[in-house]
Amino acid sequence: MEYTILILILPLLSFLLLGLAGKIMPHKVAGTIGTLTLVAVTALSYYAAIEYFAAGRDASGVFAETMPYNFHWLPLGDTLCIDMGILISPISAMMLIVISTVSLMVHIYSLGYMEGERGFQRYYAFLSLFTFSMLGLVVATNIFQMYVFWELVGVSSYLLIGFYYTKPAAIAASKKAFIVTRFADLFFLIGILIYGYYTGTYSFTPQTDVLATAGAVLPTALLLMFIGGAGKSAMFPLHIWLPDAMEGPTPVSALIHAATMVVAGVYLVARMFPLFIGYAPEVLHIIAYVGAFTALYAAIVACVQTDIKRVLAFSTISQIAFMMVALGVCTSADPHEGGLGYMASMFHLFTHAMFKGLLFLGAGSIIHAVHSNEKSHMGGLRKYMPVTHITFLIACLAIAGIPPFSGFFSKDEILVACYNFSTPMGVFMSIVAAMTAFYMFRLYYLIFWGKSHYEEQLALYERGACDHEPHKPHESPARMTIPLIILAAITCVAGFIPFGEFISSNGRAYTIHIDKGVATASIILAAAGIALATIMYMKGESRITAKINQVLRTPIKAAYHRFYMDEVWMFITKKIIFKGISAPIAWFDRHIVDGSLDLLAKTAQKAGALIRPMQSGNVQTYSIWFLAGVLLISAILFFL
Amino acid sequence: MNIPAEYLLILSAVLFFIGVFGFFTRRNLVSLLISTEMMLNAVDINFAVFNAYCHPGHLEGYIFSLFGIGVAAAETAVAIAIIINVYRNFHSIHIKRLKNLKY
Repeated sequence: MEYTILILILPLLSFLLLGLAGKIMPHKVAGTIGTLTLVAVTALSYYAAIEYFAAGRDASGVFAETMPYNFHWLPLGDTLCIDMGILISPISAMMLIVISTVSLMVHIYSLGYMEGERGFQRYYAFLSLFTFSMLGLVVATNIFQMYVFWELVGVSSYLLIGFYYTKPAAIAASKKAFIVTRFADLFFLIGILIYGYYTGTYSFTPQTDVLATAGAVLPTALLLMFIGGAGKSAMFPLHIWLPDAMEGPTPVSALIHAATMVVAGVYLVARMFPLFIGYAPEVLHIIAYVGAFTALYAAIVACVQTDIKRVLAFSTISQIAFMMVALGVCTSADPHEGGLGYMASMFHLFTHAMFKGLLFLGAGSIIHAVHSNEKSHMGGLRKYMPVTHITFLIACLAIAGIPPFSGFFSKDEILVACYNFSTPMGVFMSIVAAMTAFYMFRLYYLIFWGKSHYEEQLALYERGACDHEPHKPHESPARMTIPLIILAAITCVAGFIPFGEFISSNGRAYTIHIDKGVATASIILAAAGIALATIMYMKGESRITAKINQVLRTPIKAAYHRFYMDEVWMFITKKIIFKGISAPIAWFDRHIVDGSLDLLAKTAQKAGALIRPMQSGNVQTYSIWFLAGVLLISAILFFL
Repeated sequence: MNIPAEYLLILSAVLFFIGVFGFFTRRNLVSLLISTEMMLNAVDINFAVFNAYCHPGHLEGYIFSLFGIGVAAAETAVAIAIIINVYRNFHSIHIKRLKNLKY
């Protein structure tokens, strides 16, 4: 499978070409180069995945991991070495498909969405860079290579969030995203170093005897790695960057901040899963509790946001938390007894990438039509944008967990895994799932139903109360609707993929069966959530809604401000860290460290000033000194 | 050839110190050049005298005198060229005007 190296090389070449020569290309050429590269990458990824799974299981009944490429890049000692290469395993093959599919859809979609934007070529260059880094991350052969690409996706995310660099909010958001994830990555790096020091390898699967001696520090190392993953995957309390990251172009939000990069943390935990389950099950429990809390928190906040991209951002946080919970509730490596969550998590990652990508691209299509992110500028759009409406509805049904759409199947597996872990956890996650249905349909009704903002403005204009004719919403061009339709089609059928046949916690085949009790309960809860949203928002904001808003004014305001988490972070950083730690360190640096160096410099300056007059520029003075020297030396030679 | 060597050495020493004195006190670049030449000539005389009185029959001293004269001629040519350029730039050959060259 040597051709897999092309999956990495092609986007890199495309990045270099567009990055270096983009300025002299017309927009069309740059877009075509980027998109065609992605077509090739997608074809190769599918081919690689099909070839890998078609090769069949080995004697022990698992899909053997293959390494078409691996070379020693940086030897650090006798045994410790940083390798670079390509590793194909069931989950990396699955990730190749997810990333290349969503990325290709986004490339095609952006041809329409970004048309005529300044920096179009730069946009495609960054998209290529991101695709390269993300693919490199999932095929990494060892934890250190993963870390290298982990930082690369971080930087491409930073570049793309700050794409509209003339907008101060975008700059602030890109910096915030970079700093927060970088802060978390520090723990990741420390975890990797501890891991490498005690096990003597950066491989994902070290020898058992090495692990026996390093067993005691493994939980610490794995917990630190999870903190890095929590930063990238926006787990509470490191989630603060993701909602702001919506300042970037919407297709970028779909690709990076919904479908691929933000699930890197989940992928990391899944990759290290054998170590987690074998040596640090208590860390998995921490992951489960952090994930469960994040899921609830993000779901509550998502219920009251007014910016449609923010709603989707919080729903992303909540759904990623579902995947984390699913990994966290695993208690053994056998999918039949407590290891179901692993498969469920990967399944949800797969389906979520498709329908959340679809939701964001749909949101982009709406924003493209009404030129605003705010719900108050929408309403009644179903007449004007039929394709976007239907595809968005499919994605909403999928995320709400209504059969036969894909989200139902994966979420159901997660809930079963949660009930197997403990009943309270299962009930808790079921409630969050119901809230998911509620806030997604609230969003759906606010955008597509209710009073049309356009028609209201038009009426005002016709009565002469408004001086400019409102902009009529229109369906997006085919370049944007075709990716929507493709993703919607995938969302409809992805649930029927026998996912357990390919991926399970111990690698052996596992047949998914729907637990009737859990499935019925979750369908009823989802239907209840949808029904509530229908009552409250279908005809605009009804009287009941107004009343609820009145009664719950304070909690709604708090939730709208995301429970003041940003302010808490600002307080911690500005008031405690800056004033208590950074300011004294800065004082020490400026006065003690710089001061001692200044003293040296001042001494040299003074000494220089003292002997400077001797260099007068007067030749005769020099020659007198010369003569004096000669006489002195002669006298010394003569008398001694 | 019965001039005592002391006379010749005294002549050379006097010539040399006249040169040194001139070099320290004159302010005109051409005068400085002349002073330098006088010092060089004093050295040449010394070479010739010591060769003639201490090692008669050898030629090294004479040859060095000839060398000295040749070098002095070349040096004068260079120095005159420099002085002419100084004059073109500063419109003067007063040595105090050359202070700026220290930078």
